[in-house]
Amino acid sequence: MPAALSRRDFLFRSGLVGCSLAASPLLTPVSFAAAPWDTRLVVIILRGGMDGLDVVQPYGDPAFAALRATLSGGPEQGAHDLDGYFALHPGLGALMPMWRAGQLAFMHAVSTPYRDKRSHFDGQDLLEAGTATLSGARDGWLNRMLQAVPGVTAQTAYAIGRDNMRLLTGAADVANWSPDAELTLSPRAERLLDLVTEPDPALHAALSEARLLAASGPGPDKKRAADHVQVAEFAALQLSAESRIAAFSLNGWDTHGGQKRALGNALGRLADTLLTLEKRMAGGVWDKTAVVAMTEFGRTVRQNGTQGTDHGTGGLMVLAGGAVRGGRVYGQWPGLGEGDLYQDRDLMPTGDVRAHAAWIMRGLTGLDHAALEGAVFPGLDMGRDAGLLL
Amino acid sequence: MRSFDPQLAEIRFGYGLSPDIAAPRDATQILDGLAAPDDMAARYPTEPFRTFLDRSVAAQATRVMERKNRGTPQEKQARQERQQLNRDARKAWIGWVGQNLWRRSFTDTAFRERLVAFWADHFTARGKVGVFRRATTPYIDDAIRPAITLRFADLLQSAVMHPVMLDYLDQARSMGPNSRVAKRRAGRKPSGMNENLAREVLELHTLGVGAPYTQTDVTELAKLFTGMTYQAKKGYYFRAGFVEPGAERVLGQTYADAWDDGSVRAALEDLAMHRSTARHIAWKLAVHFTSDDPEAALVDALEATYLAHDGALMPVYATLLDHPASWQPQLVNAKPPIDFVSSAIRALSPAQDVAGAATPKQFIKFILRPLAQMGQAWEQPIGPDGWSENDADWITPQGIAARVTWAMQVPRHVRNPLPDPRVFVETTLGGFADEPVRFAAAAAESKPEAIGIVLMSPAFQRR
Repeated sequence: MPAALSRRDFLFRSGLVGCSLAASPLLTPVSFAAAPWDTRLVVIILRGGMDGLDVVQPYGDPAFAALRATLSGGPEQGAHDLDGYFALHPGLGALMPMWRAGQLAFMHAVSTPYRDKRSHFDGQDLLEAGTATLSGARDGWLNRMLQAVPGVTAQTAYAIGRDNMRLLTGAADVANWSPDAELTLSPRAERLLDLVTEPDPALHAALSEARLLAASGPGPDKKRAADHVQVAEFAALQLSAESRIAAFSLNGWDTHGGQKRALGNALGRLADTLLTLEKRMAGGVWDKTAVVAMTEFGRTVRQNGTQGTDHGTGGLMVLAGGAVRGGRVYGQWPGLGEGDLYQDRDLMPTGDVRAHAAWIMRGLTGLDHAALEGAVFPGLDMGRDAGLLL
Repeated sequence: MRSFDPQLAEIRFGYGLSPDIAAPRDATQILDGLAAPDDMAARYPTEPFRTFLDRSVAAQATRVMERKNRGTPQEKQARQERQQLNRDARKAWIGWVGQNLWRRSFTDTAFRERLVAFWADHFTARGKVGVFRRATTPYIDDAIRPAITLRFADLLQSAVMHPVMLDYLDQARSMGPNSRVAKRRAGRKPSGMNENLAREVLELHTLGVGAPYTQTDVTELAKLFTGMTYQAKKGYYFRAGFVEPGAERVLGQTYADAWDDGSVRAALEDLAMHRSTARHIAWKLAVHFTSDDPEAALVDALEATYLAHDGALMPVYATLLDHPASWQPQLVNAKPPIDFVSSAIRALSPAQDVAGAATPKQFIKFILRPLAQMGQAWEQPIGPDGWSENDADWITPQGIAARVTWAMQVPRHVRNPLPDPRVFVETTLGGFADEPVRFAAAAAESKPEAIGIVLMSPAFQRR
């Protein structure tokens, strides 16, 4: 068993405690074994609505080619054949070794319960809230999962990047940090800032957490790697230590026009991110990791008038990591023919992203059905296990 | 009694207190200032959009040169010219960052600057490629700034029909599937509609996402919008060859077939006067200026004024400045990073010649890079919904770390020597200074730290 160390000890030793930091929610006892499970979960929110049909192209579907005049050419246009029916967009070509190693998988034709208005912002809110409707919870499902398991500490889960992540917002303590963040203060300035911000609990808590994280983190990356690579490196570093969960966003999926170039760029960032996680996770941690990348909705089945696609419904989940049973495209394919589409425009969703996320959390942490269907995703029917994990 | 208070007016409806500029005496003075000529735009000019378009024309010419001269030295030369045009545009863009900050620092009608920023965010748009990526400030000064005191319908048309918006939301190349151009192309070249602008006009600009509209309304509005486009050489124009023939029906209203933008304007007018739009705009103003959870009475009052005055915005602003809910004395809303930095510069009140001498390098180091680290990169919101109004999105550990670092390190480069912190705390926070911040301003071990602590106090971080 690792030595228990209270966060207060840590703060005092690091000289971090100001006059009123005792009020901080971070001052709870922690054990640096962090969580009662040893697997790792990374959730990536792909903001903007990823065109799953262009990422994993159903070139075997007889209706496909006619729907996409200049997009998605299948293997003949440079996509990588996956299984004789689906082909992978060349932008993810760097991941083919991961696919062949059985550590990359896809779940096709899935969605949240969000329908019809096709708003990015409501779609993302629902994806992160994990509820059936928008009037549900204000916290995020990944935070509610942390609330449901014992032994969680403030650094069990990291929300990484400059933007706030609703997915991890809620009553359970999580760490919010950006790899380029830093904070160095004189001891006196620290004490005075503490005093001045004390009447404002939110500001005070954010400042206290910033001091803690700045002191315990690796410090900003002076090499200035691309932002998304910095985020992945930071995640890998934390997950190789005490953390068990990391969440962050990748933007740039809203490809209304010039999709060939725009989607290629976004997929390049996703490939970099997954390869960086694989490479930088130390000591076999990648082998017990599941990465789940999900988006607010898919895009229209038919290409639009500007070599792009508009907002749709059914989409694609990307799964990676040594804990994933990879090398296959999962999901119940709804088909693209006459009458198969949702509202005659979108890929028909045949599965709920939340159910798959729930099964993955069950596999990684042992959390039971009742908690997953009651607290984490209220009202969800998890259905049958698709067997996404080894 | 909750009523007008000069200091609170500067903090909540402006960019905070300035040591050199008197706060407005009453709401009438603010409204008169809005109605008066826009002297800040004249004193700190940016670039007229027409002039900006010349940059696009020049960049397009280099592209043509490149294509025509593949594999020759001329191709390389043309590419270098284009890269130079991009660099020039970026340098100009950095200069406009300064002009925006100086307007906020030196105006006596700061409410105008806040409204420009509010509406620019409501109508978020940015160019997508090449020099056009730098078009945001010229767009705002061309389409938004002169229209903030008119009717909402005027502002809506001005923003939605602007080339930068048409580019940003993919309208410029959208054509009806049965349009003349689409028929001529007959499948040889891609042709068809793009519904992005139509969707965001309904969801973000007018009705709001909760309003009762459907995918059919989005599609019909997209058909109705066909024809709106622009060229670098002529700016906005209506291209009849893109128009989808036939009437369109949007929210129960039929718009006759038109070969000019008359039906676009008619539809935008109707959307502006829709009850859902009135509610949406009232809600957004109340949230932005008072609280994430605004008093219902304020929202109701703003909505009623909007409807009673045909969507005229000046009466709406008057209601906002008159309502007791606007004057509850507790500072609630968190300033987003750009407003934090803007109001800090106003409080520091740099000498005008110092402001004028700032170099692009200094802007990058002291303003642009820190803003990105605080989570609000200048003119680069992630999506067309603009920046978050949710306080919790800004009060994050990483964002606050970046604010503290800025507050401690940058003010000395804005004003040198720094003011006496014991004076600064009074001129900056006025009656909102509490005992802890007064004590800290006097007790810090250096001036930069004292100034930084004042800027990080709750009374400065919120409004």
